[in-house]
Amino acid sequence: MIDARIRKTFHSRDDSAEFALDVHIRTAARIAVLFGPSGAGKSLTLESIAGFTTPDDGRILVDDVLFFDAASRLSLSPQQRRGGYVFQSSALFPHMTLRENLGFAAGSIPRLERRRAVGAMLEQFHLGDVAGRKPGELSGGQRQRGSIARSLLSSPRILLLDEPSSGLDAPLREELYAMLDEVRGAVQIPILLVTHDLDEAMQLGEEMFVLHSGRVVQQGAPADILDRPATEEVAALLGRFNVFDAEILAMDPAANRSRLRCTAASGFAFELDGPYFPGHMLGAKLRLGIRADALRVTAYATHGVSMRLRKLGRRMQTVRAEFEGGIVAEIPGSGLEGGAHNGEWMVRFPSESLRLLK
Amino acid sequence: MGIDWFPLWLSLRVAALSTLISLLAGLWLAWLFSSRTFRGKNVLEACITLPLVLPPTVLGYYLLILLGRQSQLGKAYEWIFGQPLVFTWQAAVVAALLHSAPLLIKFSTAAMESVPRRYPKAARSLGASEWKVFWRVSLPLAWSQILAATALAFARSLGDFGITIMLAGNIPGRTQTVSVAIYDAVEGGRGDVARVLVLVISGIALVSLTLANRMGRLSVGKAG
Repeated sequence: MIDARIRKTFHSRDDSAEFALDVHIRTAARIAVLFGPSGAGKSLTLESIAGFTTPDDGRILVDDVLFFDAASRLSLSPQQRRGGYVFQSSALFPHMTLRENLGFAAGSIPRLERRRAVGAMLEQFHLGDVAGRKPGELSGGQRQRGSIARSLLSSPRILLLDEPSSGLDAPLREELYAMLDEVRGAVQIPILLVTHDLDEAMQLGEEMFVLHSGRVVQQGAPADILDRPATEEVAALLGRFNVFDAEILAMDPAANRSRLRCTAASGFAFELDGPYFPGHMLGAKLRLGIRADALRVTAYATHGVSMRLRKLGRRMQTVRAEFEGGIVAEIPGSGLEGGAHNGEWMVRFPSESLRLLK
Repeated sequence: MGIDWFPLWLSLRVAALSTLISLLAGLWLAWLFSSRTFRGKNVLEACITLPLVLPPTVLGYYLLILLGRQSQLGKAYEWIFGQPLVFTWQAAVVAALLHSAPLLIKFSTAAMESVPRRYPKAARSLGASEWKVFWRVSLPLAWSQILAATALAFARSLGDFGITIMLAGNIPGRTQTVSVAIYDAVEGGRGDVARVLVLVISGIALVSLTLANRMGRLSVGKAG
């Protein structure tokens, strides 16, 4: 269990603007994810928990150990906290072999058992063959696995992973995720993972905290957040979201329906059917969002909005179609077959997928 | 030409001893400066650099006041060692210290600071004590640069003239270092002696600097 309230202000200097971190991370998830863009305060949160930086105010509790409490002026040293910290760029000591690196962390294990413990950990992380090599002679994936193995040997109270997959290519990422899954099953400590990769957050996180400009803007299960971003900010962070203005032209609460006049980027206007928005009157102005993969695009249909296709991009599994007004649809496989007159397509905005944003 | 090799031997001994003392002080201060922030840190750092820019006579004058037989420190030294410090070869060590210590402290601090922060941080979070972090992580990673600085400091402390002559004097066979002996030889019209000593001391300095450069380059290669 992690319960961390952290407040820290950095005053502006010549080379940096003022930054204020004010977050509350409270979770019982085995793997919790801090998600957000660079400069959101993710790493600073992690550093505060590890004890590398001292918050101005707050309280950090990990399981039943109080790491920091501003009120009672308590602050454990990084050594006492033992927050197994795995850095973005591997921090295996470059002058030691991998085995020596692991041995360094195993200081608390009795000497006679240490060799065996290090050997077992090396095997578990498939590093037995390269144990005698220095970090410079290891691959990126091996280095990152070695860093995590080293952290685990120090009997950490929490595992803090700062963008562990950055710099790894897709297959190595998958390998790392599989390994973290194993770790999650094997150790009983909370894992806090920082990432700005949404796929990673979705794959690993049981709970996700979205950070922006030093604040938690939303928290919850990753799939829920992706489905229902609370604010326009979050929708923008998640990407793949179309956000536009809408005005309620007509509504029918009984049938859970409304008619909306929408305005997207560069003034492109269209009308569509939406759900009933409780608490909003006729003529009310709303901010709406819809996931790019929720849009339905067909060549011919009776309803939907007729839109001119601007750009078509192929992804691995999907086609990304950009229409006028910057409306983007992600269509699985070869979904845009059949063609359309003059590049005009019928785009449907399923009513149940429209999200009201703050 | 009968050359008295005592000054060379004395200079090497003085330089070695002052470099060793500087190294110990340098390591401690480098650790202090690179890992701690405290009040007066900037002033302390400035004071340590001061000997590099002040004229040797000014430094010699300060030391005479500070360590002379009338001063508290001088009296304390005399009480402990049974003889005054000034006009002994030990005074020449103090003089050389003023050249080697600032260099070593400065360069060692820079070397320690050049170790990426994530290494000592990782070590601390693995539960390693500050002592273990210093000896097993920070120092080994900065070691080649510190050794380079040590060679440089050794070369520099061979060459003091001004402070030595004010504090240790020019007593042949007792406090006469190479640089003082060279001055003496030139003054006394013994050009051949001066020439040999000049060549020998230049050679030693050149070898030290070559070593310093090689070790410095080594560390740059490692850091990348």
